[in-house]
Amino acid sequence: MAHFTKATSLHDWMNQRLGIDTVRRVMATEYWIPKNINFLWAMGMVLAVTFAMLLISGLFLLMYYQPNIHLAFDSVNDVIMRQVPFGWLFRDIHAVAASIVFLVIYIHMLTGIYYGSYKKGREMIWISGMLLYVAFSAEAFSGYMLPWGQLSYWAGTVITDLFSLGSLHAEWLLHWIRGGYTPGQPFLDRFFALHVVLLPLLVIGLIGLHFGALRIPHVNNQEGEEIDFEAEAKKYKSGDKKGSKVIAFANDFMSKDMFVVGVYLIFFFYLVLFHNGFALDPINFIPANPMHTPASVEPEWYFLWSYDILRGFSTNVGLIAFAFAQGIFFVFPFLDRSPNAKPASKRGIFFLWFWILVIDMTGLTIMGKLPPEGMYREVGVMFAYIFIALFIILPFITKFEKKV
Amino acid sequence: MKEFISLIIIIIFTGVIYYAIGPVAKKVEGHKFIPNHHFTYSDIPPLKLKGNVAKGKALVFGAGACIGCHSIKSVGIAAPMSPVMAAKTYGVVPPDLSDAGVLYSPKFLAAYIANPVKAMLLQHRYNAKNGKVFPMPAFAGAGGNKQQEIADMVAYFKSIAFTKKISPKTAFVDSCGRCHAIRFDKWTQIGFIPKFKNNLQKLKFELKVTQYQKALKKYKGSLPPDLSTILESRNKHFVEGFMENPQNYIKNTAMPRVGVTAATANQIEKYLFQTSNPEHAQRESLGRGIMIYLFIFAFFAYLWKRSIWKDLH
Repeated sequence: MAHFTKATSLHDWMNQRLGIDTVRRVMATEYWIPKNINFLWAMGMVLAVTFAMLLISGLFLLMYYQPNIHLAFDSVNDVIMRQVPFGWLFRDIHAVAASIVFLVIYIHMLTGIYYGSYKKGREMIWISGMLLYVAFSAEAFSGYMLPWGQLSYWAGTVITDLFSLGSLHAEWLLHWIRGGYTPGQPFLDRFFALHVVLLPLLVIGLIGLHFGALRIPHVNNQEGEEIDFEAEAKKYKSGDKKGSKVIAFANDFMSKDMFVVGVYLIFFFYLVLFHNGFALDPINFIPANPMHTPASVEPEWYFLWSYDILRGFSTNVGLIAFAFAQGIFFVFPFLDRSPNAKPASKRGIFFLWFWILVIDMTGLTIMGKLPPEGMYREVGVMFAYIFIALFIILPFITKFEKKV
Repeated sequence: MKEFISLIIIIIFTGVIYYAIGPVAKKVEGHKFIPNHHFTYSDIPPLKLKGNVAKGKALVFGAGACIGCHSIKSVGIAAPMSPVMAAKTYGVVPPDLSDAGVLYSPKFLAAYIANPVKAMLLQHRYNAKNGKVFPMPAFAGAGGNKQQEIADMVAYFKSIAFTKKISPKTAFVDSCGRCHAIRFDKWTQIGFIPKFKNNLQKLKFELKVTQYQKALKKYKGSLPPDLSTILESRNKHFVEGFMENPQNYIKNTAMPRVGVTAATANQIEKYLFQTSNPEHAQRESLGRGIMIYLFIFAFFAYLWKRSIWKDLH
């Protein structure tokens, strides 16, 4: 048994029992981050802050929301938006954060791809990040069901329809997921349960895994340079902060993060307070009506690129292409056969590959919004083929990459 | 510098996606922009004749036969029957005419008295072919110059309109409220939901609303929608244009052209906005505070970063 002495202070008392000095050292003052980084390295903190806002605003919404098909719509649009003090603020924060979190996720992902931050021991960081992306997608979709407006009902119908798996006619699976033949009370109940309990727990767990996965391989840097963290840390601790290639997580890295977060929050709250229309689809301000299909049911902007791949082909091929698009990013670290863990700008043809991917996904997103007719359909299908082709050629072009 | 370029690239891509899936997609999707005409009703000829109030009054109470169906509460004429009874008889309560002179455009009012179906653009619902007849008959004239008689009645309605400036709530209730409910403001087609002393009173009221809605549904083909969130599910331009000429937006809709003046429409919109956005004033003032706070936060965060990083570079 450990030996305890009479505490000299509250700090000492806590320290003997919880080892707070050690925690502080391991988590903050001696958690080493490379110095050669730019503002894109702060996206993790931006995401953490956005998730915290989702969690807090969500908790307040949960106090007034009614998961009942007769009450849900008015509990959101009347009770929360009109009656609860600051309810509108929490709702707008929640809606805008749910949309903007995907913008930051995509920036974070593409940064990872550009700098090769999924290679050489960092595979688990990438995979846990992808799991987070999937969990956030499920969270976004289930959240969209809750106001029980026209979009909730019809997007819920269309998306769950995917689970009948095309020609497999797995209606049993579809009805099991819906809790009925069409969306109704059981449907709302289960998506409510997923949205407020299971998925947030999963997200929190995965954030832990994502942070943990960073620990051993360390954070990447702008040049993809391999740093001897122990030697550099020694240099830092001996007082040569200027010469060392590493900095402490707190307060060095944190101070930079907080500045980026500060600028981000100006942008974020401007949207929340004065420009939130993009995050709230007008169709969802009409109560759900199973007897009336709205003219257009479109996914949120962050699902458009994969939606366009899905609808570009016939039902079965589309489903397979969709599954491919969703799954392929998971194995990204293994498709990239290059010996280099360097930024794309130093990797020759991969640099081109990267920008084609960015433009292609942008194109898919835009085409996914336009009606699937005539030219838009053809261009959309072309982008879908390019997307698939990009991932097929990735192992070959990276395998022959010269070591730099 | 590199950092700055990365930021610019991100802003460009985000901006392109934002504009492409927002305004551009809307245009492509065939959301054809329908121009509004500020309630000028150019298809209706202007009212040239000058009306005589006294003669108009005689017509309204006599040969015009208005008060057989309509109430004019401002001059003490009560409705001849209860709302539910009226709905069962006509499909909807005939409007009270106290404010008709200010709510509706005078030339529309004249055109309406002469030929209600044509003025409301409801020929597709009431015509010789389907044999359906609109509850209000066209004014056939009282023996004199019909146009002059109509002008006299319009002059009378203008003279009795006791509130020259109609409040947003009154504008809505009088022009839209007999067909549309606003549950966010407790408005039903037969009135605001009162405070009930007991459950029986509540059930009695609900019974009346249900009976009224049943009659209205039969009259219109479907129950006109509750307008609590109409400004959110549509937009200002749509609501304005739809009020001005419903047929422009939804072909063969049962919604009539109501003929409100631009001022009335403005008040109706104000009411709709106040009902669905009561937080608006708070959003403005709190919003300003939040933004100021965040600029200060970012500024101090920058100073903190600089003080720490001066030892690192």
